[in-house]
Amino acid sequence: MTNSVKNILIVGVGGQGTLLASKIMGKCFVDSGYDVKVSEVHGMSQRGGSVVTYVRYGDKVWSSVIEKGEADIIISFEQLEAARWLPYLKPDGVIISNTQQIDPMPVIMGQTEYPEDILEKIRKLGVNVMAVGADELAMKAGTIKAANTVLLGAAAHFTDIDEAEWIEAVRTTVPQKTVDVNLKAFKLGYNCFGVSAEGRI
Amino acid sequence: MSKKLLLGNEAVAQGLYEAGVKFVSSYPGTPSTEITEAAVKFDGIYCEWAPNEKVAFEAAFGACTGGARSFCGMKHVGLNVAADPLFTVSYIGVNGGMVCAVADDPAIHSSQNEQDSRNYAIAAKVPMLESCDSAECKEYTKLAYELSEKYDTPVLLRLSTRVSHSRSIVEEKSRNEPKLKEYKRDISKNVMMPAMARKAHEKVEKRTEALREYAETSGINSIEYNNKKIGIIAAGTTYTYAKEALGDSASYLKLGMVNPLPVKLIEDFAKEVEALYVIEELDDVIETHCRKHGVKVIGKEMFSRLGEFSQRTVRETILGSTPSLLEFEGEIPPRPPVLCAGCPHRGLFYALKGMDLYVSGDIGCYTLGAQAPLSVTDTVACMGASVSGLHGFNTVRGKEQAKKSVAVIGDSTFIHSGITGLIDIAYNKGNSTVIVLDNSITGMTGHQNNPANGLTIAGDPTVAVDLEALAKAVGISRVVVVDPYDVDTTREAVKKELEADEPSLIISRRPCALLKNVKHSLPLTVDKDKCVGCKMCLKVGCPALSQIKDAVSGKTKAVISDSQCVGCGICQFACKTKAIKEGGEQ
Repeated sequence: MTNSVKNILIVGVGGQGTLLASKIMGKCFVDSGYDVKVSEVHGMSQRGGSVVTYVRYGDKVWSSVIEKGEADIIISFEQLEAARWLPYLKPDGVIISNTQQIDPMPVIMGQTEYPEDILEKIRKLGVNVMAVGADELAMKAGTIKAANTVLLGAAAHFTDIDEAEWIEAVRTTVPQKTVDVNLKAFKLGYNCFGVSAEGRI
Repeated sequence: MSKKLLLGNEAVAQGLYEAGVKFVSSYPGTPSTEITEAAVKFDGIYCEWAPNEKVAFEAAFGACTGGARSFCGMKHVGLNVAADPLFTVSYIGVNGGMVCAVADDPAIHSSQNEQDSRNYAIAAKVPMLESCDSAECKEYTKLAYELSEKYDTPVLLRLSTRVSHSRSIVEEKSRNEPKLKEYKRDISKNVMMPAMARKAHEKVEKRTEALREYAETSGINSIEYNNKKIGIIAAGTTYTYAKEALGDSASYLKLGMVNPLPVKLIEDFAKEVEALYVIEELDDVIETHCRKHGVKVIGKEMFSRLGEFSQRTVRETILGSTPSLLEFEGEIPPRPPVLCAGCPHRGLFYALKGMDLYVSGDIGCYTLGAQAPLSVTDTVACMGASVSGLHGFNTVRGKEQAKKSVAVIGDSTFIHSGITGLIDIAYNKGNSTVIVLDNSITGMTGHQNNPANGLTIAGDPTVAVDLEALAKAVGISRVVVVDPYDVDTTREAVKKELEADEPSLIISRRPCALLKNVKHSLPLTVDKDKCVGCKMCLKVGCPALSQIKDAVSGKTKAVISDSQCVGCGICQFACKTKAIKEGGEQ
């Protein structure tokens, strides 16, 4: 019934470019012949709040949302958001997380503290956590703004879609003048785990 | 014919194009905005942003009277504003077809309430369709025009956040260009004086019965029999959640038309299934209809009236299954939305902070002025209420109160419905101080042009409302303009206007920091020798500012993120030791 459907959760902070990543993903899955639903968040929470995008693909996708315990992959653009959305991950799911830390306002104000060693704590629960220094890799590609494409590339590694199809989706979705830098960023992300990455969904 | 992954809103626009719609007038509002933004990209559709939803609805009504297929789009609370024309256009009917899309926001992702717009369809006695995905958004949009013209009625298309802002596959087809229909004067149809309105009401009641017959037999509402132990009645998103959770283990009555609802179809379905559930978000509209007709259903005694549902809601409520979940050990700090780094609203709010004022707030990015650490806003209700609400507040609390209170309202919201409140103040000899936060754009909904910024929806130059002249024209003689980046001057201007014995309009003018044509200064830096770690700068609530322990001295010092800071300088007004330097300064 729903077994053939794969669920990818993209989480981050409003303004980090999660929507472009989900748009590329959606395009790639459609071009690969799947039924696809992508659910986005617009409006108020885009102003620096915690944001989530749901990407679902398979033979037939009914619901556009992913519920707790259903995500095969969580792509986290920021560490704290990986912790926040952890309950959405399947016990055997993968987290691909940026190592970036963005303090939310209550932390800036000193009302509460940013948790330490977030990714390590999640690993201790037996979760497969892949850390990506997306900002550094994006700088290498030419601009820190391409961190979203780096993370997309890292996550693409864990899907059953060929690299060539991903590259085509990036090429045809991003703004024309940013194609080169985004392709560079995608490849840096795609190859960032070397040969050690396992656990394709 | 090509397959594309479209937002529900983009699919509605595709439907408008294919249906040959010629006229679109809307006011932006999450989650409805992208319909009109997508429609403007098509050839052959005139699109505009109207000053508010009432104007948009009426303009679309005028266009349909003129013989074209017309459209207006709005969010759920926008339909409150457009309710006046809706109820009477229902009586008059159409010439060319007219459709109004209304996007509800269950779970209140970006709104001030979660009202259920199906109640409007019932109250105004107009048909309402509800789509469950993008393909249906397109198909139902086209169908809505056929129904509108066949049954001589405006048609409501109900969307929700999850339909409007989800992408799914749509097949694009070509445009069917209908001719402009002839316009003939028909006073008995188009002029709603009592004698005509009484007859029109009779027509409307008959129309509802004809539409109910359509709902029974046309196939817009359809039954799928599988296992008959569980029967589900659902529409829109909840249908997809039920299918996801229950698959073939239940039977379904999927409703594509949620007003008027069928009776016989529901009775027939009820006879075939053992337990019949109505799954609907927000109000018990379908459930009440079933009970009224003696059909036994399970509804709100098990499903909440609050928020959104999902496949999990259905699974847990009907099947009673709960999965075990991963949980992070330790506290996770919340991440509420904040004003962006460089936001001009911050300067104004920081100027007001500490003045101990009653601040009557409004709808827009600047609603965030109520959030810590700024926390200056007292009330926020609906579009325009900051101005009119302040007038009432000050009138009952007397002259002295008027010296300790202001209204804050954005440029687009002021045009939408703030100006009428300002007229109320001037006309009725009030003494309130109103501050327009003029950032030259409609911000929260994602940067739409508006009547005050001199650009049309297509980006073409046009006349801009002159806010200063407008205020003077309605009888406000004290009008001042300030730059909110200059916090001290802004604060002094507010103090001066509060002291005056007549009403004032203060225009706090500075374009949104996210606009592409806005030039930013270099990121500011902190002089560690001067910074004493007092944390005063944190009170401006800028996401680019934080404090960390200095590795050398062990003391806590301010730091500014150079990837976020745009050099607005507001924090410099908060720093008592002048430790925050311009970019590039040593």
